[in-house]
Amino acid sequence: MSKIMTGAEMVVQALQDQGVTHLFGYPGGAVLPIYDALFHQDKVQHVLVRHEQGAAHAAEGFARSTGKVGAVLVTSGPGATNAITGLTDALMDSIPVVCITGQVPTHLIGSDAFQECDTVGLTRHCTKHNYLVRRIEDLPRILHEAFYIARSGRPGPVVIDIPKDVQFASGPYAPPKNAQHKTYHPRVKADIGKIKQAVAMMAKAKKPILYTGGGVVNAGPTASTLLRELVQLTNFPITSTLMGLGAYPGSGPNWLGMLGMHGSYEANNAMHDCDLMVCVGARFDDRITGRLDAFSPGSKKIHIDIDPSSINKNVMVDLAVVGDCAHVLEDIVRLWRAEAHQTDPKALKAWWAQIDKWRARKSFGYKKSDTTIKPQYAVERLYELTKDRKTYITTEVGQHQMWAAQHYKFEEPNRWMTSGGLGTMGYGLPAAIGTQLAHPDALVIDIAGEASILMNIQELSTAKQFLAPVKIFILNNEYMGMVRQWQELLHGGRYSSSYSEALPDFVKLAEAYGMKGIRCSDPKNLDAAIQEMIDHPGAVIFDCLVDKAENCLPMIPSGKAHNDMILPDFEEDLGKVIDDKGKMLV
Amino acid sequence: MNAQAALSPYSSSAGKTARHETHVLSVLVDNEPGVLARVVGLFSGRGYNIESLTVAEVAHLQGLSRITVVTSGAPETIEQISHQLERIVPIHKVTDLSLDNAFVQRELAMIKVRGKGESRTEALRLAEAFRARVIDATTESFIFELTGAPKKIDDFVELMRPIGLVEVSRTGVAAITRGPLTM
Repeated sequence: MSKIMTGAEMVVQALQDQGVTHLFGYPGGAVLPIYDALFHQDKVQHVLVRHEQGAAHAAEGFARSTGKVGAVLVTSGPGATNAITGLTDALMDSIPVVCITGQVPTHLIGSDAFQECDTVGLTRHCTKHNYLVRRIEDLPRILHEAFYIARSGRPGPVVIDIPKDVQFASGPYAPPKNAQHKTYHPRVKADIGKIKQAVAMMAKAKKPILYTGGGVVNAGPTASTLLRELVQLTNFPITSTLMGLGAYPGSGPNWLGMLGMHGSYEANNAMHDCDLMVCVGARFDDRITGRLDAFSPGSKKIHIDIDPSSINKNVMVDLAVVGDCAHVLEDIVRLWRAEAHQTDPKALKAWWAQIDKWRARKSFGYKKSDTTIKPQYAVERLYELTKDRKTYITTEVGQHQMWAAQHYKFEEPNRWMTSGGLGTMGYGLPAAIGTQLAHPDALVIDIAGEASILMNIQELSTAKQFLAPVKIFILNNEYMGMVRQWQELLHGGRYSSSYSEALPDFVKLAEAYGMKGIRCSDPKNLDAAIQEMIDHPGAVIFDCLVDKAENCLPMIPSGKAHNDMILPDFEEDLGKVIDDKGKMLV
Repeated sequence: MNAQAALSPYSSSAGKTARHETHVLSVLVDNEPGVLARVVGLFSGRGYNIESLTVAEVAHLQGLSRITVVTSGAPETIEQISHQLERIVPIHKVTDLSLDNAFVQRELAMIKVRGKGESRTEALRLAEAFRARVIDATTESFIFELTGAPKKIDDFVELMRPIGLVEVSRTGVAAITRGPLTM
C-alpha cells in the first residue's frame, strides 16, 4: 500500500487522507517544498491569511463550527512565534488544531540560523503535544498521530515541526489505518458504578442545577441532544459557561442564562443555593466560581469530564465521572429511563418558584434610550433579525463579547465561536473567516469592539481574497470598554490608555477593501441598517456607534461570591465595591 | 505552594487539607526528545515543587525511561500533579509510591572532605559507621561514596560539615515498590 514520496508530498497527502479541506497558512522559506506540493493538487484549499495568528484563529473557527480538526501551515521562526497566541487559545478552549511549522534544515538546528527558533521548545507549553520530525521515516506516522491526538480525549492543538531537508527527503508513505497512539488512549466510557451513583444523587436532589460547558459542544451534536433529553426528563434548571452556549437552547424553558462573572442573577444564585450541582464538561474556572471559599457552600457536586486533571483542580467534588460527555449523558439518560426515576415534584416546584423570583430581577436589563444605541439593544436587535437564519456568531474579547453572550440566544451547538480561556482580542475576524469558509451559505457575524477588531484587521484582505462574506458588527464605544469598566471599578475612573484614540473611519476602511461599510448611531435606524447588512451579499463592516459609558452588568466583582452580584439597578459608587484583596485579582 | 496563592480569595481552603507531604512519584515515559522538558516544564509552569528528580532509560528495546520525582505539597496538590503528568502524551504511567508507602528508595552521594591530622581520622571513623566508601584520597582530602535513603545522606553530610566538608554531589532518589507487584 505504501508509496514513495517526498516529505512535502507526504504532508499534503496526509492532509487529504485526514479529510482536510481548508488549510490556513502563510508561506516562507522553510515551508516552500510543502507549498510546492500544494500547488500540484486541488483537494486541500490553501487559505492565505495575512498574519499567522490569523491562521490559527481561522482554523479554530473552522474547527469549532464543524467539529473537525483545523489545519494550519506556517513557516519557521516568526511564522511559528506568530502562531503561538492562536495555539495557546486553542489549548485553553480545547479546540482541535494541527499546526505544521517549517524548520531550518536539521544540520542548521541550534546554530541560530536565519528564521530559526526552538519551535518545539516554545510551543511545548501551549500545545497538547508537539513533534520535531528529524527522520523522513517518522513523518507519516507523526502526521496521522497528530490528528488522532488533536481530536481525541480533550481536544487541543498539536504542532509538527518539519525541517526543510526532511520535506525534501523521500520515503514510503502509508495512509492512516486506525491511527492511534501507542500509549495515548483517553477513556471515553465512564465507570457504570459512578453513573449509577450520579443518577441516584440526581433522583434525590431537591434543588438541583446542571452546569454545562464547552465539553458538551466538543463531544459532538449527540451530546447536546442527550443533554436536552436529560433536562426534559428531570426538569432540572440548566446554566452554562461561555464556551457551552448553544448546547441547550437559549429559548428553552429550563435555561437560566450564562453563569459566572457576567452571568445572570438566577444562574449564579441557583449555583450558590443548589443542593446538587451536576457539572458536565466544564472546569470550575475562576470566571465561573468567583470567590472559591464561598462557592456553592451547601451542595453536593458531580463532575463529568474527560480530563481527570480537571477534577478537584479548583473545587473539590463529591463524585467524579471521568468520560466523554456524550457517552456519560447517554448512560445517565438510559439509566434514568430504565429505572424510571422521578424527581421530587414538590421540592422541584419550590425550587423553580425560587428561581422565578431571581429571574424577576431581570439581571440582563438595561436603561433603554431613544437617542443613543445601547450596546445591549444592538445585540438584541441583531438577534431578532438573524435568529431565523442559519447564523454563526464569533466575537472578539471584552464588553461586546459578554453582551453577545448575554443577549444573543443560541439554539444550536457549534454556532458560537469565542475566545473563552485565553481571552484573545483579535480572535473574532479570523475565526469568522474560518467559520464562513466551512459554511459558505451561512450568515457569519463577528460581534466586535472597535479596539479588538484592530488587532487582526489585516485579515480583511483574507476575507476579500476568499470571498468570505463575513459581517463585522462593531459595537463602537471608543473605549477598550472592559478595561475602562475595570478602571472605573478599581482605579478611581482614571482611564489610563483605554480611550481608542485615532480610530480609522470604519466605513471608509470597508470601502478601501471593496467591502460595504455601514454606520449607525440612531436607534430608530438600527433595524433597517442591520437588515441592510444581512441583505448585502458580500462582506460588511458595520460601525455601530453605541453609548460610550455603558458598563457590562450584572457582575460578580473580583473576590466576591455568587450571591454578591452587582445588578444593573445598582446605584452606589462602583469604585467602592471591591476590597483590597479583590483588587489584586484579574 | 507560594504564599500569594495561599492568600488569594480564588484559592479555596474548603475541603482541602493544610497538610504538607513529601511524595515519591514514579513516571514511566517514552524515551523521546523533549519528554524530560515536558515533565520539568509542567512543574515550573504550574508552580509545583521538585525536591529531586532522576531519569534514566530502563528498557532499551521498548524505549522506556523511568523518571523518579520527589515532590511536596498538600495531598490534593499531589493528586493533581499525578493527573497533570498523565496528560502528557508520551507518559505511559504515573504511580504515587508514597500512597501505600510500600517502597524502597535509595540515593547515591559523593562527599568531598578536606582536612589534616585529627579531623581525617574522625572523618574515616564516621564514614565507617555510615558504611561510606572512600573512592578517592589525597594527603589532604577524601571523597566518600554513600548510598542510602536521603535522610541518611543528609545526616552524614551534617556530620562532615564541621570536619571539613567542601563539596557534595547527589544523584537524587531512585525508588521501586516492595514485594512482587510492579508499578
